[in-house]
Amino acid sequence: MILSGWGRTTPQACRVSRPRSEAELAARVAEGGLIARGAGRAYGDAAQSAANTVDMGGVNRMIRFDADSGQLVAEAGVWLADVIATFLPRGWFPAVTPGTRFVTLGGAVAADVHGKNHHREGSFGAFVDWIDLMGPDGTVRRLTPGDDLFRWTLGGMGLTGVILRVALRLRRVETGWIAQRTVVAPDLAAAMAAFEGNADALYSVAWIDCLAQGAALGRSLVMLGEHASVAALPGVRREHPFTVPARPRRALPFDAPGFALNPLTVRAFNEVYWQLGKRKAGPALVPWDAYFYPLDAIGNWNRIYGRRGFVQFQCALPLASSADALHELLKVVSASGQGSFLAVLKRFGPQAAPFAFPMEGYTLALDFPLHGQTSALLDRLDRIVVAAGGRFYLAKDARMSRETLWQADPRAAAFVELRDRLGLRAAFASTQSERLGL
Amino acid sequence: MTKGAVLILGGRSDIGLAIAHAFAAAGHPVMLAARGPETLEADRADLALRHGVTVTLHAFDALDTASHAAFVDALPSLPAIAVCAVGAMGVQAKDEHDPAAAIAVMRANFEGPATILAILADRFEARGRGTLVGISSVAGERGRATNYIYGAAKAGFTAYLSGLRNRLAKQNVHVLTVLPGFVATRMTAGMDLPARLTATPAAVGAAVLHAVERKRNVIYVKPVWRLVMAVIKAIPEPVFKKLKL
Ligand SMILES: Cc1cc2nc3c(=O)[nH]c(=O)nc-3n(C[C@H](O)[C@H](O)[C@H](O)COP(=O)(O)OP(=O)(O)OC[C@H]3O[C@@H](n4cnc5c(N)ncnc54)[C@H](O)[C@@H]3O)c2cc1C
Ligand SMILES: NC(=O)c1ccc[n+]([C@@H]2O[C@H](COP(=O)([O-])OP(=O)(O)OC[C@H]3O[C@@H](n4cnc5c(N)ncnc54)[C@H](OP(=O)(O)O)[C@@H]3O)[C@@H](O)[C@H]2O)c1
Repeated sequence: MILSGWGRTTPQACRVSRPRSEAELAARVAEGGLIARGAGRAYGDAAQSAANTVDMGGVNRMIRFDADSGQLVAEAGVWLADVIATFLPRGWFPAVTPGTRFVTLGGAVAADVHGKNHHREGSFGAFVDWIDLMGPDGTVRRLTPGDDLFRWTLGGMGLTGVILRVALRLRRVETGWIAQRTVVAPDLAAAMAAFEGNADALYSVAWIDCLAQGAALGRSLVMLGEHASVAALPGVRREHPFTVPARPRRALPFDAPGFALNPLTVRAFNEVYWQLGKRKAGPALVPWDAYFYPLDAIGNWNRIYGRRGFVQFQCALPLASSADALHELLKVVSASGQGSFLAVLKRFGPQAAPFAFPMEGYTLALDFPLHGQTSALLDRLDRIVVAAGGRFYLAKDARMSRETLWQADPRAAAFVELRDRLGLRAAFASTQSERLGL
Repeated sequence: MTKGAVLILGGRSDIGLAIAHAFAAAGHPVMLAARGPETLEADRADLALRHGVTVTLHAFDALDTASHAAFVDALPSLPAIAVCAVGAMGVQAKDEHDPAAAIAVMRANFEGPATILAILADRFEARGRGTLVGISSVAGERGRATNYIYGAAKAGFTAYLSGLRNRLAKQNVHVLTVLPGFVATRMTAGMDLPARLTATPAAVGAAVLHAVERKRNVIYVKPVWRLVMAVIKAIPEPVFKKLKL
């Protein structure tokens, strides 16, 4: 079966199995070279192995929920979308969510995904009480945050074993609405000042116009949010505070032709988005799905980039060098004219897990349709990040070189050492881990 | 208003469980019936937790037809809707030379399902309402060399459902025949199914719920199957018998 990441640039024939029991899974683990695959939302080749890919879709039952503590115990193949569908009507929401709800709990743990509240609350792993992990010998261990292996599994990209079950603490919410405030930042410095000045906001994220140049370089719409209380809703909504208007789900019926997204269309889109956004500045009430998952309303939106697919570039930069490095990155991108409209800037808080992606500072995420010049541009961006002491998000990576990873992330050595010591290297491997020498 | 319970015969089957989820999400309590029901505890908990409905487990063997009446008597209540998802594909190339194996396929797809539905039909008729759902197959529409034992049994089941529907139409008991086409399940795991013709179990679940609510008689899950089967049925026998299908 041909598998690829969400960016569709890494198609590969893979042997895929779909175990339904621990015994079936253990038999697969014994074969070696195994990687677990969740919903396939990682952009590159993190969740594929030619010899032995295990689809966790058959392991997707919810086990129990404690309405006092908000702890949900569920199998790793359960989607965040299912968690929301089940528990939002009862007043609970995932404490950390990435920009799509179509991810599995296992994938969220393995990438230690971050949300718009990272600056205040950390990443997904901060709300996980324990996991059940199948090791190279097929035995299952329950690991808690006190265990070394628990912490390496956060951001370990499936390379420490197969996550079977997750105990996750949900957040109590009063409504399905987000009180949003948009701050218009005319340039990069203003955007960063908006983040620093609103560090107490629960959620913050900026859409950044990565094609703006000169004095407007880095102009952004910084969106702050809090879960709205019932009292904040208009009267008619208070009776059913978790009900939001249904959004029509659309799907792209076919691949957009390659020319649909050229620098001109992106530049035009960004200009319109900026002008509209400026007008909408200030407070607003936004439904949870529109706020957290704007793209989920369009089925396979990844097809908009055409057949050849697209790549994501996401880096984390240390606080001290963030301003300079962001400036440099944006200058290179805007001059290249190859910007994306999904450019996102976000403030990160400190990170606890030893191999997870975030670091205290800033993260920038961009996407580029794949064509001839993309690769040279990305290499240039890589160098800027490495020089600034930053690193790259493996869940988004599809093309980084081994050298770049090891330069950017000295922690790789300790990770590989751990994999060797625990006999994980032969048992668990992905196309990505082979490429990067993990 | 609380909704009537749905009984799923073949409660471990991928299609049966997906139908259970669809009905539970719509507020129906669920009774899962299968061989070795204790192994369905995790599915029971999942259904109950996700949908906030009561879910119970019941031992049921479709081949043990003598036990069927007692099985129905032992249910917590007579369900409003009964779905039979029991079935077995067998291995055609082997079974065609092995009478005992062929009989097992015929019984699991026809005799067992027909027997339990006959008992439920009488109870529903006596009550004056109810819905019976049979998961049959397009394989029963025309026999093919590659699966005619399974296909013949499904053909029998399809005809049986049609007869039941005819008998019960005036008794306020509704009968729905489901011809799912290809579905990606345990039964078809490892087969190379064409994506355009293949439904997910969840799609079957949604289609069955919808069809029960609308009192439909015969459904295909993917509309394209209506066309495919019209073509297959129209091929003249002299031509058909030479085709490799
Ligand atoms: C539109 C979009 C927006 C996104 N926004 C964000 C964001 O805001 N923040 C963020 O952090 N990420 C974001 N992501 C990335 C996404 O959250 C991660 O890639 C996540 O890991 C995907 O989960 P998945 O279930 O699809 O896993 P997959 O893509 O299938 O796998 C990802 C990794 O997890 C491992 N894995 C999966 N299941 C298991 C398991 N049971 N046991 C062990 N390892 C496992 C795989 O081996 C692989 O290394 C976004 C992705 C998309 C498409
Ligand atoms: N998958 C397809 O493409 C497809 C297409 C058309 C129709 N169908 C029909 O859909 C129904 C469900 O099949 P599925 O695809 O979901 O496959 P499945 O998971 O293999 O389901 C078949 C079920 O039948 C049960 N069963 C077999 N013999 C039984 C018996 N004597 N007593 C009780 N239960 C028995 C099995 O129970 P155990 O788990 O205990 O073995 C199993 O749960 C079947 O009738 C099948 O013929 C499937």
